[in-house]
Amino acid sequence: MTVLSVSDLNVSFSTEEGRLLALKNVSFDVPERRIVGIVGESGCGKSTLINAVLGLLAKNGRIDSGSILFEGRSELTSLGPAQMRALRGVRISTVFQDPMGALNPVISIGQQMVNIQYRSKRSKAEKIALAAEMLKQVRIPDAEAALARYPHEFSGGMKQRIAIAMALMMEPSLLIADEPTTALDATLEVATIELLKALQEKIGCSVLFISHHLGVIAELCDDVVVMYAGEVVERGTTRQVFNDPRHPYTLRLLECDPARQHERTRHLPTIPGEIPDLRRRPEGCIFAPRCHRRHAACAAAPPDIDVGRGHVARCFLADRPEPAEATA
Amino acid sequence: MSGDPILKVDDVEVAFPVGRIGRRSSILGVAGVSFEVHRGETFALVGESGSGKTTLARAVNGLQAISRGTITFEGRRIDGLARQAMKPIRKRMAMMFQDPVGSLSPRMTVGDLVTEPFRIHGLEDRNLKDETARLLALVGLTRDFANRYPHQLSGGQARRVGVARAIALNPTLIIADEPTAGLDVSVQGEVLNLLNELRERLGLAMVVITHNLHVVHHIADRVAVMYLGRFVETGETEAVFQAPAHPYTAALLSANPEPDPDKARDRIALPAEVPSLLARPPGCEFHTRCPWAEARCSREVPARRDVGGRRVACHFPLAPGARPPPRKERPHV
Repeated sequence: MTVLSVSDLNVSFSTEEGRLLALKNVSFDVPERRIVGIVGESGCGKSTLINAVLGLLAKNGRIDSGSILFEGRSELTSLGPAQMRALRGVRISTVFQDPMGALNPVISIGQQMVNIQYRSKRSKAEKIALAAEMLKQVRIPDAEAALARYPHEFSGGMKQRIAIAMALMMEPSLLIADEPTTALDATLEVATIELLKALQEKIGCSVLFISHHLGVIAELCDDVVVMYAGEVVERGTTRQVFNDPRHPYTLRLLECDPARQHERTRHLPTIPGEIPDLRRRPEGCIFAPRCHRRHAACAAAPPDIDVGRGHVARCFLADRPEPAEATA
Repeated sequence: MSGDPILKVDDVEVAFPVGRIGRRSSILGVAGVSFEVHRGETFALVGESGSGKTTLARAVNGLQAISRGTITFEGRRIDGLARQAMKPIRKRMAMMFQDPVGSLSPRMTVGDLVTEPFRIHGLEDRNLKDETARLLALVGLTRDFANRYPHQLSGGQARRVGVARAIALNPTLIIADEPTAGLDVSVQGEVLNLLNELRERLGLAMVVITHNLHVVHHIADRVAVMYLGRFVETGETEAVFQAPAHPYTAALLSANPEPDPDKARDRIALPAEVPSLLARPPGCEFHTRCPWAEARCSREVPARRDVGGRRVACHFPLAPGARPPPRKERPHV
């Protein structure tokens, strides 16, 4: 079963300077029990996408067309606020970048963990026991005592683990994790993604994992979706996309990561140019102004080309990859 | 890298008072570190949050009083100088703070921001228009940026303005605190390339603070790894990356996920939590998290010694390519 299926989603915002098309024909699937990574740089529409899924778009935003199908039966684009509230936190839960912002500073951890179970029919004692059990699962030492403590008494890494425990407590079928490790140190980042993976396997949920950190995506995710300026430019399994990128943007993005440069260099690769102004979206390929393979055809919008086994790239040349030496 | 160092930090300690009156004690944010930076050289400070990197940088810049040691800049002692005496020194020693947008005043235009250093130091007699043009050109921004406000800049552009402010008064030393934090990878390269290019062109010395080891690998000549306010390993970047001698360095290096799904992972797992500065562990302060720790490590403080051209504070420095012992053999934990 596909837990989340987004197809041809278009989202726009009305601004003082006209309509801004923030997501254009976005399609991808989150299959059952898989971790799907969304990678892209600032302004690529990652946050707009998850807000659209969660029904939390800002007032000036609207879904123009397309569908977001959840668990094969709920069409999220047509649910009312009350129906969305019934899904959020129960079937779809979230972990955000800033754990301090996600926890209430004046309520103890235990009380918060009981409060969020308000829809559950369990007894109070059972709720407390479940909260303690979840804290144990995310390796908070002395879990029972930790319930009485307040957020400021925990380190940043522990707070993020508590946020993960809270998100997974109701055993959702989809966890949306928005840059959950960005604010953490490298050593904690690794520990946190390993924990997330272990819990995901145990609970059997799917995860939509948003990050700009290519290394974390490569390590954690089964599938990856690459976004640029509000479009999905490439998607496939992590191996397909990282080992055989077919969109020039993916290729350039991977080259830019200093972690991929094993030889010490004083000059790091960059992508020249800037993200286009989405209020004046070019007619053709969105990446064309910065693309090293631009040609006459790019003046028209490129199709999504399937280069095999679900590996899709939105580029005219997707089925004609560059010879390896040309990119060196 | 000959001649006198531009910056010499000798046995510097920064103490912060803690506790109520009557029971007052202090913790050491920086606990006795020494290093030198020479002209044209980039020195990197790495470590986890709370390791004292930023405190050390602030101490060097005179923003934080030190409780022991000396700081010598261009041959002159600068520790303990009064505010007024420090001011001319800051013309020669520029600081780039974290958070590219937050460190720029939202009410000033880019033109005002890059010439603010001249006004602070009473140098308005210079032709500020020309200076603006010169500085914007140096950091690769076009002239029309002079009329923009910080909220109209992207993260990378805001960083470039920060760099322009730092180099405005022709400093000899730049201290850059997390110069690429929060930037996208495609822009991160631009900022690092710019800093490298300016360092070469203007013969600057640089101290770069970062937690991103991949960045250190490409820009720093020498690196110091900090843990609980002390240097546990210092040496040439290339040597440290090839064969880390301190277990903490090895763990930090192995904790960096690489963008390669097929990469074999031999990760050195550290128990997650950094000890509190209020209760520093006895002996080697890293022994509570060290996979190689032995009984001696919890009793004796390791001396800093030379291992393969590096200074390492460890009883049992690692051989190149050392793998952590299986967990059950660990005497502690």
